[in-house]
Amino acid sequence: MNMAWMVVRRLFHAFVLVLAVLVLNFLLIHLAPGDPADVIAGEMGGATEEMLADIRKTYGLDKPIYVQLGVYLERALQGDLGQSFFYNAPVLDLVAGRAGATILLVVTALLFAIAVGTLLGVLASHKPKGIVSGLVTLVSVVGYSAPIFWTGLMLVILFAWVIPIFPIANMFDITKDTGFFGFILDVLHHLVLPALTLGIVYLAQYARLTRASMLEILGSDYIRTARAKGVAETKVYTHHALRNAILPVVTIAGLQFGSIVSGAVLVETVFSWPGLGTLAFESILARDYPTVLGILFFSSVLVIIANLITDLVYRIVDPRIRTGG
Amino acid sequence: MATVDEPIVVESQSPIREAMRAFRQSWAGMLGLILLILVVLFTYVGPFLYSVDPFEVIWAPLTAPGETERAPLGTDYLGRDILAGLIHGGSATLYVGLAAGFITITIGILMGAFAGFFRGAVDEVLMRITEFFQVLPALLFAMVLVTLFPPSIYIVALAIGIVSWPTTARLTRAEFLRIRTLEYVNAARSVGAKNSRIMWRVILPNALAPLIVSATLTIGIAILFEAGLSFLGLGDPNVFSWGLMIGAGREYILDAWWAVTFPGFMIFLTVLGFSLVGDGLNDAFNPKLRER
Amino acid sequence: MTSLLTIKDLVVDFKTRAGNARVLNQISLELKSGEILGIVGESGCGKSMTALSVMGLVPSPPGKVSEGSILLEEEDLLQASNARMRQVRGGIISMIFQEPMTSLNPVFRVGDQIAECVLLHEDISKTDAWERAVEMLTKVGIPEPALRAKAYPHELSGGMRQRVMIAMALSCHPRVLIADEPTTALDVTVQAQIFDLLKDLQRETGTAIIMITHDMGAIAELADRVAVMYAGHIIESGLTKDILENPHHPYTRGLIACVPHLETDPTEVRPYLSEIKGVVPSLTELGKGCAFADRCPYKTPVCEERRPDIEPISEGHAVACHNVEYVVAV
Ligand SMILES: Nc1ncnc2c1ncn2[C@@H]1O[C@H](COP(=O)(O)OP(=O)(O)OP(=O)(O)O)[C@@H](O)[C@H]1O
Ligand SMILES: [Mg+2]
Repeated sequence: MNMAWMVVRRLFHAFVLVLAVLVLNFLLIHLAPGDPADVIAGEMGGATEEMLADIRKTYGLDKPIYVQLGVYLERALQGDLGQSFFYNAPVLDLVAGRAGATILLVVTALLFAIAVGTLLGVLASHKPKGIVSGLVTLVSVVGYSAPIFWTGLMLVILFAWVIPIFPIANMFDITKDTGFFGFILDVLHHLVLPALTLGIVYLAQYARLTRASMLEILGSDYIRTARAKGVAETKVYTHHALRNAILPVVTIAGLQFGSIVSGAVLVETVFSWPGLGTLAFESILARDYPTVLGILFFSSVLVIIANLITDLVYRIVDPRIRTGG
Repeated sequence: MATVDEPIVVESQSPIREAMRAFRQSWAGMLGLILLILVVLFTYVGPFLYSVDPFEVIWAPLTAPGETERAPLGTDYLGRDILAGLIHGGSATLYVGLAAGFITITIGILMGAFAGFFRGAVDEVLMRITEFFQVLPALLFAMVLVTLFPPSIYIVALAIGIVSWPTTARLTRAEFLRIRTLEYVNAARSVGAKNSRIMWRVILPNALAPLIVSATLTIGIAILFEAGLSFLGLGDPNVFSWGLMIGAGREYILDAWWAVTFPGFMIFLTVLGFSLVGDGLNDAFNPKLRER
Repeated sequence: MTSLLTIKDLVVDFKTRAGNARVLNQISLELKSGEILGIVGESGCGKSMTALSVMGLVPSPPGKVSEGSILLEEEDLLQASNARMRQVRGGIISMIFQEPMTSLNPVFRVGDQIAECVLLHEDISKTDAWERAVEMLTKVGIPEPALRAKAYPHELSGGMRQRVMIAMALSCHPRVLIADEPTTALDVTVQAQIFDLLKDLQRETGTAIIMITHDMGAIAELADRVAVMYAGHIIESGLTKDILENPHHPYTRGLIACVPHLETDPTEVRPYLSEIKGVVPSLTELGKGCAFADRCPYKTPVCEERRPDIEPISEGHAVACHNVEYVVAV
């Protein structure tokens, strides 16, 4: 199978998934108790009769259900995710305005988790019964069991009172005017705690996974070959073993992307990070369904894109897949 | 390698007994079990020993722990006793965790079993559905479900179940794919056993070990989920739960850390209990991996 | 000929759950430069462990070299520093392994894996190292070597992979090559090709080879001298011709009888030789007697009492058996 064909297949597959999410949204609107027009308008939007009539007309709500679905999909694929009556703005604009912050948070947390996680995993595999190993196991068990928002809140308490070196809320300080680079630094400063909170859970998991796969790989024949040709021990770890041990981490990270986005919703709420999570939270309180559904749609698209990227990375790291073997 | 093998154990023991013995040797599993027993005692025996009503306002709002004997762990923003809340909040959390875990496992096993057993087109379709559910950020999806439908702990449990099953489905499928080719399955087939019998009586029992481990972990995850939803204020407002306490306390966290910290800690201990038990069971079922 | 590699009284222990397993027990071997030394013995007798000890690669823990010395000319490798051992491995002593399917790193191109070895031991540019890799692939008879150098291991057959391993092992012109059952995992036609290749390369380069194998035919064809191992001991060693035509140890005699075509007259099969009854004893519970005693048709009381030392019986031929004279007389 050649590469281009593979890419085309993947893209088609991704497109079908996107459509499926839209269909799900459509179903949710119609399955919810009450009038779909009400759902689209949002319960607390205080929609007037004219508005409802307008909605019925735009979405063809008096037509048969499959026509409605067609209309819905067509509009959505043209970028029309509906109108937020609560914010009085198109949902797409709202979502696009907040997406950057969420992507920044999620990507930072993920890269941090992968980098530090694999490093710790490698160190732990060097001494499977040593301190780092114990620590990795402990942190991963604890990190796995603590509600992520609670970990975040504990950090807030710690950094609000005990060591106030990191800001505990928002993405930047509007009172400061420090120019472009100052702004970037300010954002990064604000990013530390949310990214740490979100990253730590996954970091521990990746460390544990890396440790286990390193231990398995270090006992393998090709590592013995590397040693037999005189490769230094450090390089055996970093070059020969790690390249193989990272594969399961890539797989898991890709699979978990959805759960990281879920985590981001909670973390954003804790740290008032102005991303999709806080937007979702606010619009749910306001019963602003078009926005909520728009966020569900958009974040699913993010996951789909992340899966495509994971696939690509995996192909780069593992030649066995690359050549379609 | 035969030369260094351990002497063969002659006494024949049932695999379940063997696993129980191995479980008892796993400190993680035992610690988890003890935690869970304590949590259950606290939740179900506690109310008889400490009979304060968690909804009743007993003291000034936001009183810190230790300031008054009436509320040893302080009060929340309405002046309700935190300790009473902890004692009464457990049963709803445990209920949602168990119910959602049950739903997750049921859907997951059904999907995975059919996909793995029938393979081909059935597998293709079911796996596409599974993949679709894995693309949806579970918490957001659950948030949408609980807002579209009237909030109650049943809806919460159902929503959590609906968004969490794909992992179980994949695991079940893998196990079914592995086991269906084994000797004893062929044997059952050759004596004319029906598909349903082979699936549920022959393959499933042999796939149980990893599924039990996964079920244990699933309950823990469901509890975390419930906590997350309640924290966002999307739980059932009429049922007292640890998640609800956190949701109620979150706006005051800089004034009253205790209102959030204690219920969160209870959730942590409970989930920790489940995941340690899961680890212990895993060790017990996979003696080979114990060395790691 | 001078002695290139000398193993003296080597003892290797493994900690196992069943207790301490003495995997190698006082073994001594000598390899002269330019010769091929065969090591034979059944599975688990310690052949690979002997090889790994020389390479300094005994997995530790649980393994440990407890006693003895391994001399590369005058230098004791067991005392050598880590840095020195890295120079020795791949540069002076190379090894190819039993499992060609898994012995190459799946994520790197085979050419890079060979070139890496060259880069580690020689002061040479990357392009030159790559060229050397291609050259080595040509030498081991891989068609289209420039193309195959860019292949990943999974794209090559088992025989090809073993050729790559040989190319890698010989890429730095080592003085000793240890080939640990290089053909066990391959099918029969490929086995013959690999043996021929090793023989040709050995003639060409003069590298001394330690050839570990089950294949008595290959031993007969290739080896100058043979050592026979049993349960961590060397129980007989000598010139290939002497061992094959005039084996002394009951175990060696059984081993050779198992290979029908070596018999001069197939009708003359002695009954006890058609198979060696019983199993290898557990290394954790070797008593004080001869390790082969339980399976030996010539067992006498002394065999259970005391372990026989390996003693010369003629020029270059040594046997560890209390009853050599009797065994040979039958
Ligand atoms: N990691 C280990 N732990 C315990 N014992 C081991 C370990 N590795 C090897 N052994 C033991 O050491 C002994 C010698 O093993 P070795 O690999 O040298 O055998 P071998 O002669 O090469 O056999 P084969 O022909 O199967 O390759 C065996 O009895 C084996 O059980
Ligand atoms: Mg071997």
